[in-house]
Amino acid sequence: MKREIPRLISMAAGIFVLIGFFVPHPAIRTTYDDLQQWVIIVVAFTYVLGMANIMRINLKQIGARSKDWPYKVALVAGVVITMAVGFSEGTKYLDDGTRFSWIYNTFYSAMSATMFSLLAFFIASAAFRAFRVRTVEALLLAVAAFILMLGRVPIGNAIHPVLPQAAEWLMNIPQNAAKRGILMGAALGVMATGFRIILGIERTYGSEGEGT
Amino acid sequence: MPLTSSAPFRFLRGKNAAASILVLSLGLFPPALAAFPLQATDIPNDGGSRIGLSWRPPPNPPAQWVVLRSQPEKPFAPIDTIGGDQAAFTDETARNGIPYQYRLVALNDSGFLSDESPSATARASWFDTAKTNVAVVIALFLALVLYYISQAERGKKWTFRTIAGLNAIEEAIGRSTEMGKGVLYVPGVQDIDDIQTIASMIILGNVARMAAKYETQLLVPTPSPAVYTVADEVVKGAYSDVGRVDAYRSDQVRYITTEQFAYVAAVNGIMLRERPAANLLLGAFFAESLLLAETGHEIGAIQIAGTANVHQLPFFVVACDYTLIGEEYYAASAYLSKDARLLGSLKASDTVKILLVITIVVGSVLLTMGHSWLAEFFATQ
Repeated sequence: MKREIPRLISMAAGIFVLIGFFVPHPAIRTTYDDLQQWVIIVVAFTYVLGMANIMRINLKQIGARSKDWPYKVALVAGVVITMAVGFSEGTKYLDDGTRFSWIYNTFYSAMSATMFSLLAFFIASAAFRAFRVRTVEALLLAVAAFILMLGRVPIGNAIHPVLPQAAEWLMNIPQNAAKRGILMGAALGVMATGFRIILGIERTYGSEGEGT
Repeated sequence: MPLTSSAPFRFLRGKNAAASILVLSLGLFPPALAAFPLQATDIPNDGGSRIGLSWRPPPNPPAQWVVLRSQPEKPFAPIDTIGGDQAAFTDETARNGIPYQYRLVALNDSGFLSDESPSATARASWFDTAKTNVAVVIALFLALVLYYISQAERGKKWTFRTIAGLNAIEEAIGRSTEMGKGVLYVPGVQDIDDIQTIASMIILGNVARMAAKYETQLLVPTPSPAVYTVADEVVKGAYSDVGRVDAYRSDQVRYITTEQFAYVAAVNGIMLRERPAANLLLGAFFAESLLLAETGHEIGAIQIAGTANVHQLPFFVVACDYTLIGEEYYAASAYLSKDARLLGSLKASDTVKILLVITIVVGSVLLTMGHSWLAEFFATQ
């Protein structure tokens, strides 16, 4: 029963939302829109659980002096200080010039940009491995990438004007065909997953309670 | 019907005195009026309250139009002012079931007053006919799913092609067990309202059962508190299912952060500190895909990735050992569980795919021959 009631609720909500997609009448659409709002409210409550999880896990590791525990101190201090500053500045905490914005721009934005910029180096190392020609598929990949990269820079046109056209052809025809094929398959997968949940046959996301 | 010289003044008589004052204040008494027809119709496929007006703008139109509306027993009254170059307007304040008539009058300009529009009544629709094509495909798909499920329940079996990435999941967990290391499961960076995250939670249930069975440590860092609560419940349930609820630890599933690159930094840190033997990257990924996959490659973990985000697939293909592409990712739960009814839904999916391919070929031939009805039927708005 503990598992069946949530499944029944999810089935009912799924069927209602599916019907609501096709029915614009306010008798249905109002509740349909309300359901979407409920999601936001439920998610808001989960933030409390998420915050409790962060504090519990990190404080436990600090207490046990587990590996790299000083980093956990930095994390917990960051969470507490940022929240305290945010609360102290009320509803205008996101405005320019607030201490909260200063913390966000000075610390978070800089570190986030640093993480993102690492991508350039990771792309280089991944490309190095990908372009090692060991199979026919890898050869095709390397040739396509070679044409595409040359075709997208001025020197490609200088070498031969066909290169940019070949690059465009690669992007518009083979690449687009493959991409649309994947998208169609994925769309059918989305529908199949949705039906499995709505019909209640997808039970792997919940316990059957056999071991309890 | 064309207006006579006295026609524009009809709406200012008798009970219309209040409107008269309002209209007078707007300076709506052009000396010589050029009439033009005005169409008013209920806008279909909506929740009501909307009536669409359309007209052919006269040559040298005024700077602005005043839209006037009347209903039975009530005079024309202004409801809005719009640009003179417009040729359409939607009244979104109509009440359902009441017949309205409309007129357009030039504001502070001479010469223009539309005919009275035909009466139009706003009505709420019970079915959005613009989505008929979607409804047909969904109904067909649903019918096939139900048919193949019933076939599966009668013992019918189908053969599906081997998906190496899915076979490798158990192998990767087994390898982790042998090495005495853990399994890291990353469910993407989207929230629980994304279908890819939901599919990831379903796969997580299967992975957690295997991990519990093999007594392998499973670590699930999550990018949202909602995903955290669902993932925690899924993992706990899976351990319970295989009778290993005692092996479940409350810190196996962790909420990290909703910030994309902070999440990446934390997960990469976990990879470098915990050094799991297997990384399962299954969910919706964006710019962080290669950051995660390359770090996983650096630590020598066996990596299985799956996503329906086509732009991230090349990154996973080059950096991971196995990649589940699009539909393979959504097929994972059926494939892993081997549940006959779930496999029935896979069969339905394959059948619809074949039908769509046939439809595309037929549609292409028909379009080439100059018949566009099939392509138009499948056009979405």
